[in-house]
Amino acid sequence: MDMTPLILSLKTAVVATLITFFAGIFCAWKVVHMKRGKGIVDTLFTIPLVLPPTVLGFFLLVFFGKNGPVGNLLSQYGIVFVFSWLGTVAASAVVSFPLMYRTARGAFEQFDSHLYYAAQTLGMSNFKIFWRVVFPNCLPGIVGGVILAFARALGEFGATVMLAGNIPGKTQTAAIAVYSAMQAGDREKAYQWVAVILVISLVAVLGMNFVNSRQKKEKEER
Amino acid sequence: MALYVDIQKHFSDFDLDVCFDTKENIYGVLGESGCGKSMTLKCIAGIERPDRGKIVLNGRILFDSEKKIDLPPQKRNVGYLFQDYALFPNMTVIENIKSGMKKKISGKEKNAYARKLMNRFFLDGMEKKYPSMLSGGQRQRTAIARVLASEPEIILLDEPFSAVDSYLKWQLELEILNISEEYGKELLLVSHNRDEIYRLCQEMGVISKGHMEISGGKKELFKNPKTVATALLTGCKNISPMKKEDNHIFCTDWNLRFNLTEPVHEDITHVGIHAHYIKVTEPDTEKWAEIERVIEAPFENILLVRIKDRGGNISKKTLRIGIEKERSENLVQGRKIGIMIPSDVLLLLSEKQKR
Repeated sequence: MDMTPLILSLKTAVVATLITFFAGIFCAWKVVHMKRGKGIVDTLFTIPLVLPPTVLGFFLLVFFGKNGPVGNLLSQYGIVFVFSWLGTVAASAVVSFPLMYRTARGAFEQFDSHLYYAAQTLGMSNFKIFWRVVFPNCLPGIVGGVILAFARALGEFGATVMLAGNIPGKTQTAAIAVYSAMQAGDREKAYQWVAVILVISLVAVLGMNFVNSRQKKEKEER
Repeated sequence: MALYVDIQKHFSDFDLDVCFDTKENIYGVLGESGCGKSMTLKCIAGIERPDRGKIVLNGRILFDSEKKIDLPPQKRNVGYLFQDYALFPNMTVIENIKSGMKKKISGKEKNAYARKLMNRFFLDGMEKKYPSMLSGGQRQRTAIARVLASEPEIILLDEPFSAVDSYLKWQLELEILNISEEYGKELLLVSHNRDEIYRLCQEMGVISKGHMEISGGKKELFKNPKTVATALLTGCKNISPMKKEDNHIFCTDWNLRFNLTEPVHEDITHVGIHAHYIKVTEPDTEKWAEIERVIEAPFENILLVRIKDRGGNISKKTLRIGIEKERSENLVQGRKIGIMIPSDVLLLLSEKQKR
């Protein structure tokens, strides 16, 4: 069995998760501390979660396409999203972003504000407060968000097909390989990919539950 | 010390309007819960922002709405001891203490200083423990050590004893007095407990419903509270509205008249009497007090009495009398007694202090 789709999927999911990790945390932190316009910004960041992936793919095409504002600019530097591996990353990142953003936001909202104030009055810089106090104490929520985002990025199909297409060896990820195999009538191949994806998804969810239960136990022990 | 605070902040349910400046090493703010005490501390620390006003610490402007100065909490050099201590749960005791140390000192010096503080606050051997593993007293001492390690000019204490058991409280109060002397730190303490404030502070202020009623020396304030809210907070249990009559005043709740040698100021609306200044005598046939209830406290009894007279008048409210146990043996419910209130123990109070 040609493992290229799996490798492509993993590569895409890892890079997309890295992007959403920082973007999600950054946006969540900013939104939690917004005084005005919180609702609008929050809706904007959450909407990819509820939109059909094809609609998202459509927007991405408009945005990153050759005639789109960003696509046009980037193509001058040789960076192309349409029908390229970068497209799979962009699609996966956008689709998985709300999961990271929302779980991080939930964790930040539950964070004890007294700890933040104490750190401020102790003279710690904002950077240090975030990475030494806020982040470690919100880690359980953030880890959950990372696993969810990774699993979602790994299984991304709709927006990826719209933006990056289905090019074997280039943009054909495992999820798309299932579709291709079924289209070609190759049931055996489809079964193989379904099994692979199922195993990875199970491991991700089990991993998340394991992390959660361990953190719960730690909290109880403290 | 020199902390000057004059701030206003609007909230949906009340307006904060606080003005005081401190001269003594420990200044206390007394007020019931939810009166705006903690909010005042938060404004001084820079966590909350007042709508208007000025905060000056040792000549340094921390906040000035007119000059548009609003230093961030990190630049104010104001230490804050939170009611729940706010220790960082992800850091060990020593990491907590080191977290606020100034950047310029080396790691080695930081460790040495942290160990010195830990030794001073009986935390030896706790370096690797997490806050969750500590007892309440140890947590508070860690929090104090952490505040001291950040070398603030002033330390704000928000109800520092409310979360500790009463037998620990005594010890911690002494600790706080020691800190003030040992480290020459200025302290600003807020509490709802008048005894705490009286024991720890020389100067104090009283906040009621967001408004700073009065500020001054504690002895003067307890002796002459001036406002109804201050009288209540400083422990006066008997307060009645009053009416002025020719050369005396009439307390409407108790049906009692007092002759006064000096004229009463027009702002005075209420009279207060401390429960311990009322003396029990033999009953009079004209007017007497009837004991309605006896409440036993460890070292004294509290009598609730109603004033009655031959004309059939009964006072609207009861008076509280505090009396030593051994002298109150025969004073049981239903008994008629006489009471004597020297006019110099009367507290003449106004509804609200004018600024």
